[in-house]
Amino acid sequence: LDYQHVQVPFEITLWIMLASLAKIGFHLYNKLPSVVPESCLLIFVGLIMGGIIYGLNDRSPPVMDTDIFFLYLLPPIVLDAGYFMPSRPFFENIGTILLYAVVGTIWNVFGIGFSLYGICQVKAFRLQDVSLLHNLLFGSLIAAVDPVAVLAVFEEIHVNEKLHILVFGESLLNDAVTVVLYKLFRSFCEMPTIKSVDVFAGVGKFFVVGLGGVLVGLTFGMTAAFTTRFTKDIRVIEPLFVFLYSYLSYLTAEMFHLSGIVAIIACAMGMKRYVEANISLKSHTTVKYFMKMWSSVSDTLIFIFLGVSTIGENHEWNWPYICFTVIFCLVWRALGVLVLTFFVNRFHVNTITSKDQFIIAYGGLRGAICFSLVFLLPDFRRKKLFIAATTVVILFTVFVQGMTIRPLVDLLAVKRKRESAPTVGEQIHIRFLDHLLAGIEDISGHWGQYYWKDKLEYFNSKYLQKLLLREYDQPKSSIVLLYEKLERKHAIELAEAGQLGHTLSHPSLLNNDRTVVTEKKLEDALDPDVLENIQEILARNLYRIRRTGPAYSRHTLPGETEPAKEILILRHKSL
Amino acid sequence: MQLLVVEVLRGWPGRSGASCGSWCLLGGVESKRCHPASRNVRDPSGPGCAGVVGDNSPGSHYCGFRRQRSAVQRQRDLISHSQITRLYSRFTSLDKGENGTLSREDFQRIPELAINPLGDRIINAFFPEGEDQVNFRGFMRTLAHFRPIEDNEKSKDQNGPEPLNSRSNKLHFAFRLYDLDKDDKISRDELLQVLRMMVGVNISDEQLGSIADRTIQEADQDGDSAISFAEFVKVLEKVDVEQKMSIRFLH
Repeated sequence: LDYQHVQVPFEITLWIMLASLAKIGFHLYNKLPSVVPESCLLIFVGLIMGGIIYGLNDRSPPVMDTDIFFLYLLPPIVLDAGYFMPSRPFFENIGTILLYAVVGTIWNVFGIGFSLYGICQVKAFRLQDVSLLHNLLFGSLIAAVDPVAVLAVFEEIHVNEKLHILVFGESLLNDAVTVVLYKLFRSFCEMPTIKSVDVFAGVGKFFVVGLGGVLVGLTFGMTAAFTTRFTKDIRVIEPLFVFLYSYLSYLTAEMFHLSGIVAIIACAMGMKRYVEANISLKSHTTVKYFMKMWSSVSDTLIFIFLGVSTIGENHEWNWPYICFTVIFCLVWRALGVLVLTFFVNRFHVNTITSKDQFIIAYGGLRGAICFSLVFLLPDFRRKKLFIAATTVVILFTVFVQGMTIRPLVDLLAVKRKRESAPTVGEQIHIRFLDHLLAGIEDISGHWGQYYWKDKLEYFNSKYLQKLLLREYDQPKSSIVLLYEKLERKHAIELAEAGQLGHTLSHPSLLNNDRTVVTEKKLEDALDPDVLENIQEILARNLYRIRRTGPAYSRHTLPGETEPAKEILILRHKSL
Repeated sequence: MQLLVVEVLRGWPGRSGASCGSWCLLGGVESKRCHPASRNVRDPSGPGCAGVVGDNSPGSHYCGFRRQRSAVQRQRDLISHSQITRLYSRFTSLDKGENGTLSREDFQRIPELAINPLGDRIINAFFPEGEDQVNFRGFMRTLAHFRPIEDNEKSKDQNGPEPLNSRSNKLHFAFRLYDLDKDDKISRDELLQVLRMMVGVNISDEQLGSIADRTIQEADQDGDSAISFAEFVKVLEKVDVEQKMSIRFLH
């Protein structure tokens, strides 16, 4: 038995296998994902595994190595988020997102740091030796909202597109701020004295980190687009370039102490439209599916490891500190959202309602990034206290907030219901008007900051397209590509299966039957049971307009949802 | 019909000077005061030029009508400069053939419209009867229906023609999307067609028929088994149509 030889790959594969089997297991029982979010279940599985390992070996199970997390597990998730990020809502709300990400995070960091320092001054808690700097350091790593956890939980609750993109965009972009503050405070810890020059250097560093990350990302993105211009004869390795360049951008940014997350997002968003035009349809599909697959696996592994690492002897349980940490996290986030939203609403016509504010504040979940950062802290006497506090905060946000956010959202929505249910006619006409408005908005190109977009479009058509696209014809969007693909395959399949032919009504048939059927139907229509049936049918089957659903989903590809396919096929048939 | 006055910036990128000019867009009515020719305009047949006016001042051309409006009224101008220039830029970016008009293919190139159930009907609403091209003026006119109703307009004088974006006109626009044969009635067939577009493939014809019957039966007051415009308006009286059919052109 030569276990030593294969140990490392074998164990890695076993962990991934466990993660995937766990995922299958949850979805076997249909009701479970709606009550408990998947992330909670995964942490739970991790806790069980950790407990087993601890019991067997009688020592702490392997703590998730921060290198593994930052270098291998995080990039696929962020790449997936960046590549499928819907650019229109993102750039429409970029001002708000940046405000929340930068100002909100700084507010949280200092708020939590100072209040915890205040708590430490209380003699009864025996926390005198935790200095202000340590508290600020802790604040900087606990304040950041985590994209992995946010995504996992927001999948379950159905919020509208704008809200989804606000929280999600904020969680991605606050990485720059977190990185800077964390490194800043850590270097302050090691310096004997702190001069104000150092503080200013810190502020300057923030801009360098953020903008540098964007620059690195865009450079690699453009290079990737340029490379794919020449891959016409080697279609098979085209998808590889997408992943290689993105990963390189992440690593390069990390090498220069810039923000890797911002770099990889900039790279993905920058290269997407050129790469999609250059690579073949099959490579395109491969890229999309591999991205989704890797990000799913990473996601699952992170949560399981989180659970495993919780068990063990790494913790010092000082309950007052821990409880106050949790309380302050909630309080400062709520305050921050309130104040910032007040400013945002002054400048925008589309206000953020109080229900939205609640969701933003309550949806500020912490996750694995905090966990890894706390393990990266230099070893000082109170490190285990911080580890314990971080663990509790993460478990609290994921379990308590994750599980209760959906009932709370439903509760808030119920309060605004109308007194009387809308009539059938009203329902249909309202949905009709909604679709009409969505269409008109799309035609009028409803955009904010269109000045910069127009400039960018001009720059794009003049220079970039000629350089980066192989065939400079009308660039087709992914929807149009999908439409053509469907036109070839599905329309034939479904027509052959007879399904569409049956349900599409021919006007001629309808006319013949109408006279006979009309009298009977009118009487039926008065029947209240039929009315209920109709209401139910409509509620289930009317197509939803785009803006009411989440803009980005971990598990489905955009444009391949069932309604989209059906609409495309029906329109093809009617042309 | 409201007066929309535009000053289009010179040398719009990509248009190489062809758009220097200004337009008087009186919905459907040519302004008799707009002079047909002007010395300072390079291309009077540019996109959507209904009439061009010269003012002799080098940097700006204004239609004679505009001087009549007071400064206060200018503040409340229906669609402001920036909005119009913004829409014009959108028009030109859609117009791939660069001939100053949009065809149906130009609209169909918008990806989100492809998966909108009412996509085809909305596109058709832009094109006047029997034509295949729409110029900027027609484009703007259709979009003017969706301007939000400002509060200070509601108490305006009732003598003038009703603005395009009044509640009644908005509903009329929507009604015309249902009523394809233009007989001012939504018949059962027309309702069924729209329903079929909006509903998934899992609904059988009988169910759809009963939904259509129920809709007509709720709305019909004069017993003709069709929905007239007045009945349509009555059904939607509790709905905030002004908000549902308005786009904020600026963010």
